[in-house]
Amino acid sequence: MSARRLNRGAGLGLGIAMIWFSLLVLLPLAAIIVKAAGGGASTFGHILTESETRDALLLTVKVSILVTVLNMVLGTLIAWELVRGKATGARGAGRVAEWVWGKVRVVIDLVIDIPFALPTIVAGLVLLSLYGPHSPLGLHWAPTTQKAILVAIAFVTLPFVVRTVQPVLEELDTDVEDAAASLGAGRLTILRRIVLPALLPAIFAGASLSFARGLSEYGSLVLLSSNSPHRTETVSVRLFAFIEQSNTASAAALATILLVVALLAIVVLDLVQRRVASHE
Amino acid sequence: MSRELSGRWLRRLIVVAYLLLLILWPTWYVVKNTFAGGFSAFWDILQMPEVQSALEVTVRISVIAVLINVVFGVWVSMVIVRFRFPGRRVLSALIDLPLSVSPVVVGLALMLVYSPAYGWFGKPLSSAGIQIVFATPGMVLATCFVTLPLVVREVVPVLEELGEDQEEAARSLGAGTWQTFWRITVPSIRWALIYGLVLSLARALGEFGAVKVVSSRIAGQSMTATTLVEARSQFAPHEAYALSFLLAFAGVVCLVIVALLRAQATRSLGEKS
Amino acid sequence: MKSIKVTAALVAVGVLALAGCGSSSSASSSKGTVNVVGFSTMEQPNQKEFAAFNATTAGKGVKLQGAYGASGTERDAVLGGQPADEVHLSLEPDVAKLVTAGKVAKDWDQNSTHGICTNTIVTFGVKSGNPKHITSWDDLLKPGVQIVTPDPGSSGSAKWNLLAAYGAYLQETGSAAGAAADMKKFLGNVVAWPSSGRDATTAFENGTGDVVLSYENEIIQARAAGQSIDYVDPSTSLLIENPCAVTTGASKAATDFLDYQKSAAGQKVYVSTGFRPLPSVNVGSVGTVQGAMDPSNPFPTITHLLTIDKDFGGWATADSKYFDETNGILTKLKAAYSK
Repeated sequence: MSARRLNRGAGLGLGIAMIWFSLLVLLPLAAIIVKAAGGGASTFGHILTESETRDALLLTVKVSILVTVLNMVLGTLIAWELVRGKATGARGAGRVAEWVWGKVRVVIDLVIDIPFALPTIVAGLVLLSLYGPHSPLGLHWAPTTQKAILVAIAFVTLPFVVRTVQPVLEELDTDVEDAAASLGAGRLTILRRIVLPALLPAIFAGASLSFARGLSEYGSLVLLSSNSPHRTETVSVRLFAFIEQSNTASAAALATILLVVALLAIVVLDLVQRRVASHE
Repeated sequence: MSRELSGRWLRRLIVVAYLLLLILWPTWYVVKNTFAGGFSAFWDILQMPEVQSALEVTVRISVIAVLINVVFGVWVSMVIVRFRFPGRRVLSALIDLPLSVSPVVVGLALMLVYSPAYGWFGKPLSSAGIQIVFATPGMVLATCFVTLPLVVREVVPVLEELGEDQEEAARSLGAGTWQTFWRITVPSIRWALIYGLVLSLARALGEFGAVKVVSSRIAGQSMTATTLVEARSQFAPHEAYALSFLLAFAGVVCLVIVALLRAQATRSLGEKS
Repeated sequence: MKSIKVTAALVAVGVLALAGCGSSSSASSSKGTVNVVGFSTMEQPNQKEFAAFNATTAGKGVKLQGAYGASGTERDAVLGGQPADEVHLSLEPDVAKLVTAGKVAKDWDQNSTHGICTNTIVTFGVKSGNPKHITSWDDLLKPGVQIVTPDPGSSGSAKWNLLAAYGAYLQETGSAAGAAADMKKFLGNVVAWPSSGRDATTAFENGTGDVVLSYENEIIQARAAGQSIDYVDPSTSLLIENPCAVTTGASKAATDFLDYQKSAAGQKVYVSTGFRPLPSVNVGSVGTVQGAMDPSNPFPTITHLLTIDKDFGGWATADSKYFDETNGILTKLKAAYSK
C-alpha cells in the first residue's frame, strides 16, 4: 500500500475532522484532567482517603476482575462450541442430536449479542425484577448484596471475549493439531500447547475490553445497587452522586482515576497480549 | 457413553445453561412483564404523550448522532488508512478511547466544557444565546461521543484489506477525488459502513448515563426513552417496561440486520477472492 | 453510485425535518409552555395539579411540563441554563441562590404565603406492618436499625431530615452535646445516602434499610400508588415548607399557575396527594386522602412540631449554621460519624 503524504485537500479535511474530534472528545476529557489537577494533590488525596470512594473503587475493580476471569474461561468455551462445536460421524439418534445442536448454535450466536442490543437501564430494570425484593425465584440478591452487581457486569461484558476469540478460532488451521494428534499427543496436550497459545492474544484482547467495560458500567447498576456506601456502591454511581451534588472537583478527580485505571489495564493487557503473541 | 461424547455434551450443557440463565431468562422477562396486562394495556401506554415524546426524542437524537458519526467515521478512516502523517497512530488509538470511558464521565466532561455556570466555553456560548447542555445539542454530543469509534473500527480494516489499486486505477483514468470516492471507495466499503451504522444506531438508542447528566429531563420534551424508563421504574413500572420492550425490540432488530449483513459481507468478500 | 447519493440526500432531508418538527411541537399550545422545575417528589402531585389547572379558565391551553430531581441538583441545573419558568424547590435557601444569580426576583416571597406552595412534615417510612416497631427518634438509635436518608449535598429532603433529627435529640437531651452524641449513633446507623428524596424511597422500596426518613406526602403517595410501605409520624417532627417562585421574564401563564397553586382549589389538589394544607389558605374540609395511614384523618397533629423559624432561627441562619460545607454543625457530624 502506498504511503501518501497529506495533500492540501486531505490536510484541510483532516483539520476539520480534528476540530470536531477536539470539541467532542479531546477538550472535554482534557477539562476533566485540568479540573482534577486544579484541585491539586489534596483533592486526589481526599478522594483516595475518603473510605466511601475508596471502597467504591475497590468494589468495582474487584467485580470487574472476577467477571473478566469468568469471561476469559466461559467466553473461550462458548467461542469454542460456536466454531468447533460440530461433531461428525454420528449415527442415528446421535445424528439428529447433532442436527438440533447445529440449530442451537445459530441461536447462541445471536443471543451472544443481546447485551449489545439491550440498553443498560433496561438490563438493570429486569435484573432488579429477577434478583430484587420481588424475585420470582426468591433470589433476593439486590440491592443489598454484591451478587447482583456481578450478574449485571457479567451480562453486559458477555460478548467481548467471545467475539474476539471467535474469528481467531475460525481462522485457525487445524493442520498443526492434526499433526500433533498423529504423533500421539493427547487432546489435552494439544489444547494446552497448540490451541491455547494461539488463542491467548485474542483472549487477552477480549479481557481488556471486558475489564474496561466492567469498570465503567453505570446504567445497569443504578437501579440494582442501593448505593450503600462500602457495600454495593460502585464507582460510576459514586461519580454521579458527586455530579448531582455539584462537587465537580471530586467528580473530576474520581473520573481521572477511572481513566488512569482503564488506561493502565488496556496497556498491561496489550503488553501481555504482545508477549504471548511473540512467543509463537 | 464414551468419555469424549459425555465431555462434549457437558460442555454444551454448560454453555446453554449459562446463556439461558444470564441472557435469555432476563430477556424473556422483559417481554413477560411488558404484556402482563395484556396487549391493549401496552398499546394504551404507547398512546401517552410523554411516552411518544420520549421515543421521538430518542430517535431524533440517535439519527442525528449516527449520521454525524458516519460522515466523520468514513472521513477519518480514509485519512488514517490512506495517508501517513505524524501522530497517525496516536489518533487511531484515541479514536478507540470512548469505548473505555464511563458514560457518566462523558457527561461530566461535556459539562466541564459547555456548562454556562462553570464550563470553559459555557459563558461565551450562553451570552451568544447558544445553550449546549440542558438542551438538544448536548444530548447529541453525548451520543456522538459514545458511538464515535463504532463506524471507524468497522471501516478501517476493510479499507486496509481492499488496498488502493482500484482507486489508483480510477485516478489514472482521470477521475476526480469525489468521483473516485463516491463511485469506487464507498461501494466497496458499503457493507462495513452499514454494519457500523447499525451498531452505532443500536448503541445510540440505548444511551443512558451520558445523556442523563447533560439533559434537561423535561418529560414530554427532552426526556429520552432510557431516562424515562428510569424515571418511571418505581411509580409506573408498566410504562417503564413498555418503553423497555420497544428499545429492546429495536436493538434486536438491529442485531438481526447486523447478522444478515455479516453473512452478506462474507459472501461478497468471498466473491472477490 | 447515484442511488447512494439520492439515498443520502433523502436521509439528510428526513433528519432536518425530524429536527425541525421536534422543536416546533413544543410551541404548539395557544398560551405557551410553562416549564416547571421541581424537587424530586413533586412529579406525581404536579401531574394532578397540572391537569386541574388546565381545567380552569386561566389554565386552559397552557402546556405545563415538569423536570424533577434533587432540589440542589435542580437548582444548579437552572443556574446552568435548564429551561425554567417556575421553580418549586424543597427549601428556601435553594431559591435564595437563584435570587443571587438573578434568576428569580428579590421580592419572590413577598406574598400571602411568604413564597411557600406546599407543606408537609418529616416522617418515618417503615416496612408494611412496621416489623421492627420503629416509632420514635430513640428507636432510630438502637444498634442494628438501618436508616435510609438522602444526602444533604444534593437533596433538600435530607436537610429537613437531619434538622428534624437534631432538633428532636436537642429537645430530648436538652443540650447540644447530648444532641451530638445522639446524632453520632444516628449517623452510624445510616446505611445509604441516596441523592434525592425520591431516590431514598425507591431504595427503601427495593429492600434497603428498615426505615426511610422522608416527606409525609411522599410516603402517602407511594402507598396510594400501591407500594407496600407504612409510615409513622414521630411525636417530634419538623414542619417542611417548600418554596415556589417564577423566574425572571416568565410568562403570565407561569404567574397564573403559581397563583393557582396557592389558591384554595390548587391547595385542595395538593392535599389530595398528601400535602398538609397551607395555614394561610382555607381549603375547607380535608376529606379523605388516599394512601394516608388513616385516610379519614390523614394529618394528625404532631405533639411537638418544630419550625425552621422558631426553632432554628430561619433558613438564612440555619443553612450556614448547620450545613456550611466546612463549619456546619451537621456537616461536621456527618463527616465524622457517618460510615
